[in-house]
Amino acid sequence: MAPLYPFSAIVGQSEMLLGLTVASVDPSVGGVLIFGERGTGKSTAIRALAHLLPTMKVVDGCRFNCDPAKPADLCGHACGKQGGRPKTGEIPIPVVDLPLGATEDRVVGALDLEVALSRGEKRFEPGLLARAHRGFLYIDEVNLLEDHLVDLLLDVAASGENVVEREGLSVRHPARFVLVGSGNPEEGELRPQLLDRFGLSVEVTTPKDLKDRVEVVRRREAFERDRDGFVAAWTGKEAAIRRKIVRARRLLSQIEMPDGVVQRAAEICLALGTDGLRGELILIRAARAVAALEGAKVASVDHLRRVAPMTLRHRLRRDPLDDVGASVRVERVLDECYAA
Amino acid sequence: MLRGVNASAPPPLCDAALAAVLLAVDPAALGGIWVRARIGPALDGWTAFLRACLPDETPVRRLPIHVADDRLIGGIDLAATLRSGRTVVERGLLAACDGGVLIVPMAERMTGATASRLAATLDTATVVAEREGISAVWPARIAVVAIDEGRDDDEPVPAALLDRLALAVDLAAAPDEYPGAMPDAVDRARRGLAGVRVEEREREALCAAGLALGVDSMRMAVAALRTARAHAAWVGRQTVEGADLEAAVRLVFALRATRMPAEPAEAAAEDADPPPSAPNETDQSPDHADSDPAGDRLVEVARAVLPPDLLARLAAGLVPRRPGNTAGRRGEGAASRRRGRPLGSVPGDPRRGDRLNLADTLRAAAPWQRLRGRQGAAVIVRPEDFRVVRYRHRSESVTVFVVDASGSSALHRLAEAKGAVELLLAECYVRRDQVALLAFRGEAADLLLPPTRSLVRAKRMLAGLPGGGGTPLASGLDMAAGLARAIRREGRSPSLVVLTDGRANIGRDGAPGRESASRDATDAARRIAGESLPALVLDTSPRPRPEAADLARAMAGLYLPLPQADAAAVSRAVIAARGG
Repeated sequence: MAPLYPFSAIVGQSEMLLGLTVASVDPSVGGVLIFGERGTGKSTAIRALAHLLPTMKVVDGCRFNCDPAKPADLCGHACGKQGGRPKTGEIPIPVVDLPLGATEDRVVGALDLEVALSRGEKRFEPGLLARAHRGFLYIDEVNLLEDHLVDLLLDVAASGENVVEREGLSVRHPARFVLVGSGNPEEGELRPQLLDRFGLSVEVTTPKDLKDRVEVVRRREAFERDRDGFVAAWTGKEAAIRRKIVRARRLLSQIEMPDGVVQRAAEICLALGTDGLRGELILIRAARAVAALEGAKVASVDHLRRVAPMTLRHRLRRDPLDDVGASVRVERVLDECYAA
Repeated sequence: MLRGVNASAPPPLCDAALAAVLLAVDPAALGGIWVRARIGPALDGWTAFLRACLPDETPVRRLPIHVADDRLIGGIDLAATLRSGRTVVERGLLAACDGGVLIVPMAERMTGATASRLAATLDTATVVAEREGISAVWPARIAVVAIDEGRDDDEPVPAALLDRLALAVDLAAAPDEYPGAMPDAVDRARRGLAGVRVEEREREALCAAGLALGVDSMRMAVAALRTARAHAAWVGRQTVEGADLEAAVRLVFALRATRMPAEPAEAAAEDADPPPSAPNETDQSPDHADSDPAGDRLVEVARAVLPPDLLARLAAGLVPRRPGNTAGRRGEGAASRRRGRPLGSVPGDPRRGDRLNLADTLRAAAPWQRLRGRQGAAVIVRPEDFRVVRYRHRSESVTVFVVDASGSSALHRLAEAKGAVELLLAECYVRRDQVALLAFRGEAADLLLPPTRSLVRAKRMLAGLPGGGGTPLASGLDMAAGLARAIRREGRSPSLVVLTDGRANIGRDGAPGRESASRDATDAARRIAGESLPALVLDTSPRPRPEAADLARAMAGLYLPLPQADAAAVSRAVIAARGG
C-alpha cells in the first residue's frame, strides 16, 4: 500500500489532532466527532492516526481481537475453549474504515457464505465490528450513513457487545471501539440524540491565513513528489508522538485529580447547563489524558480548559433562537469561570 | 525559457481543449473535470477530443446515473456463483475503471450516496466493498468527468464530488472543432511531469488568488498547483511560470469563484449587502492578495475569464448556483416503488419487481443443499430461498415555510416570526424532516431555500431575510402550492406553515389594492384546501386579527396566533396540521 500522509505533518487543526490523541490515550472518553468544511484533512488525520498507534496483545488467531489479559472477557469462540493460558500475539491497534455502502451483514457479521455453499457448514463470519474491537471504527460522512446502521453502531458502542441473531446463528462477542465520525454540516446535521453519544466533538475550518494555506500546499506537494522520502523525513516527529501516547497510556491511571479541578469541571457544566453527568465525567477524563500526554503528574485547571470546548459544545441544550454558535457559548462561559 | 527554443512545443489551445489535455497528462492527481455543457455537438466534440488525448489502452466508462452499489462497488456474480457452488465476486464499475476515466452524464442528477462513493474512491484510489457477504479491496485510480447539464434552476452537482475534481470548464464558449490527437505531446508531458519544480513565489501567488476569489477549500488550492505543474509539463517547462499559474486560475478557480475580487482602486465599492449564504467572515483575505503583486495579476486573469453572467452576479453580491449539498436532493420525477433506504431483507419473490438480495438468498439456500440432493458444484436454489431487499418506506415529510416579510407584517414582527420558524426548524431537525423556505414581500414571492435537511442553510437564509414592502400574499400562497405539488410528485409529503398577518395588499398581477389582493389571497388559499395540502397559519400580528384566521379557514388549515405560540404549541400545531 502507498504510504499515508503523516499525522505530525498536518498543518494547524490543533483541536482535531488533540481530540484524536486524547481518544488514543483514553478510549473511554467515548468517541470523536469531527465536523467541518470540506478539504480540511479530516480523513487524512484519522487514517494517519492508524500508523501512530502502538500495538496491542491479542489471543493468537482470534478473529475477535480478544485481550489475553482479560480471561473473563474472551469471545467464547476459539479463545474461550483453548483452556489454560492462551497463546498471545501482537497486532497494531486497529483503525477500521467503515466504507460507504457497507451492508449490515458485513458490519455485524453473518453466516459465512463461502463455507456454507462449498461445505454445507454453518460458520459465523465476523464483521467489521469484530475487526474494530479494542481499536477505532471510522465512519466518514457519518451524517450520510443510513439510520439503521447508525443506530446499530451506537447500540454496540454503548453496550460493548455485538449480539448477532440471524440466519439461524446466535453469536455474541465483545466489541468495544472508539467511534470516530466525520462529516460536513452543510450536508445535513446529525440528529441531536446521536450527537451527544460522541464523547468529543471537534470543529474544523479551512485555514484562512495565506501562510498556513501555502504551507499546506507545500507539504502536500512534497509528499506527492516523493512519498517515501516525505514519510521518512517525518519519522522522528511521528515517533515522538507515538512515544507520548504510549507513555500517557501507561501513566493515565496514576494522574492525580485534585478536588479543585473536579470542582471547576462541575462549575463549568453547571454554568453551561449541560444535561446529565456524562459531560462532566468525560471532561475530567479528557483533562486527565491531556495531563498524561504532557507528562504531568497532577491534572490542572489548564488541562481542563483545553479540552472543555470539545467535550461540551455538543451537549448544550439547543436553543434555536440563539444565533450564537455552541462554541462561542462555551468560550464565553469558560472566560467567566476562569476570570474569577 | 524553453518556450521559444522548443520546436516541438504544442500549439496553443482553447481552455476546454487544454483541460482535456491536462487531464490526460495527470489524470489521477487532478481527479477529473467538471464540465458544464448541454447535450450537443460541442460536448460530443470535446468528449471525442478527450478520448483521443488518452493513451489507447485507457479504460473509459460511463456511469449510469442511478447505478446500484453492486454494480458501482462490486457484488456477487449470480450466474457464476450458482454454477460453481462457491461465492464468485464481481468487481464494480469503479474498479473496472482503474487507471482510466469515468464519464458521468447528468451529474446534476447524481444522488448524494453515489457522489460520496465517488469521492471516497478519488481520495483513496481504491474501492472497498464490505457488502452483502463480500469483503474486498480493489485499486481504482480513476479520474471523473462530471458532465453538468443543469440549468440555473436545476439541482447543482454534489459539492462533495466537485471538491475533488481539479478542473472546471464551461463548453458554452467552446468550439465544435478540436485539433487532432497529440499522443506524443501528451506522452512527453507525462514523462516531464515529475521534473517540474515550483518556486515559493509562484506557490504563494496561486494560494493568494484562490483566497481572493473566495475558493476556500484547501483541496482546490492543492488542485490548482497540480494543474499549474501539469501545464508546465505540457508546454515543456521545468519550472512553473506565470503562464502556468494563469492556466491554473482559469481552469480551477474561475468557475468556482464565490467572491468578486476587489479591484485595488475601488475596494470600497464591494461593500454591497453580503449574500445571506455567502461566507462573509473572511473580509480580510483579499488584502493578502492585494499586497502581493503576483497574486494581483492572477486575480486579474480570473476576472478576465469569469463568465459575464457569473461576474454580474458576483458584483450584485449573489453567489452563483452553488455546488449542492447532498442531503435532501430531489429524487426521481416518477415515483419508484423501490424508494427508501434498504433495511435488511425478507423472504419474497423477485419476479414481482423487488430487488433480490443475493447474499441472503444464498445464505438461505446453503443449509439445504445436502437435503435437496445437490450433486456437483451447482447450487440448488428454490423459490422459498429468495430474499428481497426490504426498503423502509417512510414517506419523507417536507415542511414548507411561507414567510410574510412585508412591511405590515414584518417590521415589528419579522424577528419573532423568524424565531418561530427557527423553533420549527429545530423540530423538523429532530424528526429529520426536510424544510423549504419561501418568502413574499414587495411585489412577488421568492423561493429562498429548496427542500433541504440542512438547518444551517435554513438558518442562514432566514437571518439574511430582509423585511418591508407590500404583501403579495396570493403570490406567496401560489408559489407554496406549486412547490408542494412538486414535492408530492416526488413521493414526499408536504405541509405548509404560513406566517403572516393575513393582510394582503398586492394582487396576483402585482398591482396594489387591498380588496383585489385579499380576493386573490382567498382564492389561492381555497386552492390549497382543494388540494388537501396540510396547512398551518401562524398569525404574526401583534393582536390576533380576523384576516389570518379567515385565511386559515379558507385553506382548511389550522390557525394559531403567534403571541401564544411557544415552542411546544407551535410544534404540536405543525404535527396536528399534518394529521399525525
